[in-house]
Amino acid sequence: MRNSWREGRFSIEILVDILIILLISTGVLFSAVTALGLIRLPDVYTRTHAASKSSTLGVLSILLGTFVHFWFNEGIFNTQMVIAIAFLFITQPVAGHLIGRAAYMTGIKVAEETVRDDMGPAIEKRKNNQQEELENE
Amino acid sequence: MIMFYWIALMIVSFSFAGLLFRLVKGPTVADRVVALDAIGVTLVSIVALLSLIIETEFFLEVILLMSILSFIGTAAFAKFLERGEIFDRDPR
Repeated sequence: MRNSWREGRFSIEILVDILIILLISTGVLFSAVTALGLIRLPDVYTRTHAASKSSTLGVLSILLGTFVHFWFNEGIFNTQMVIAIAFLFITQPVAGHLIGRAAYMTGIKVAEETVRDDMGPAIEKRKNNQQEELENE
Repeated sequence: MIMFYWIALMIVSFSFAGLLFRLVKGPTVADRVVALDAIGVTLVSIVALLSLIIETEFFLEVILLMSILSFIGTAAFAKFLERGEIFDRDPR
């Protein structure tokens, strides 16, 4: 890398290294934000919010950086990495949603700062609809 | 470049320690499951950074396996918390 600077060539390796550094820096930053959110936020729903969104972006950036490194520097096109990136991108928000729903169903209270709760009326409505269906039958 | 990878691994490990704190302390079970999910994801990034440092591509198979196991574990835990059992015949 240092030699190509001295010779005055504009090397593709430097561009790839800059790309990798940018991607991995973003990923590390978002991983740190995830830990900060899980420690500091007040209740389980806001923690789900931190753990699903920012951790997804963080791990996605780090995996993309690794993928680019192995593709351009080592010449290995690893298809398992592509599958893992797509899989994490799809399933991680779904997992956050599942935990939040299970937490609400088990009756965990929301934090005091919460201003509105849409899930309670929705559950009431669904229960009423089911009772009406039973009575019609 | 290798120094940059080491520093990145260090910061990610610190965030891993923060998630462990929430896993131990978490007042409810759902908090612990959220922390466990985030720990699985952070473990995936640690494995990716380790494979960059050691310069081997054999760790990359671990990444896919670990992400799948993390999601299945989280989904099973969520269903167990909600209904009290994991396998049932309720079509809902």
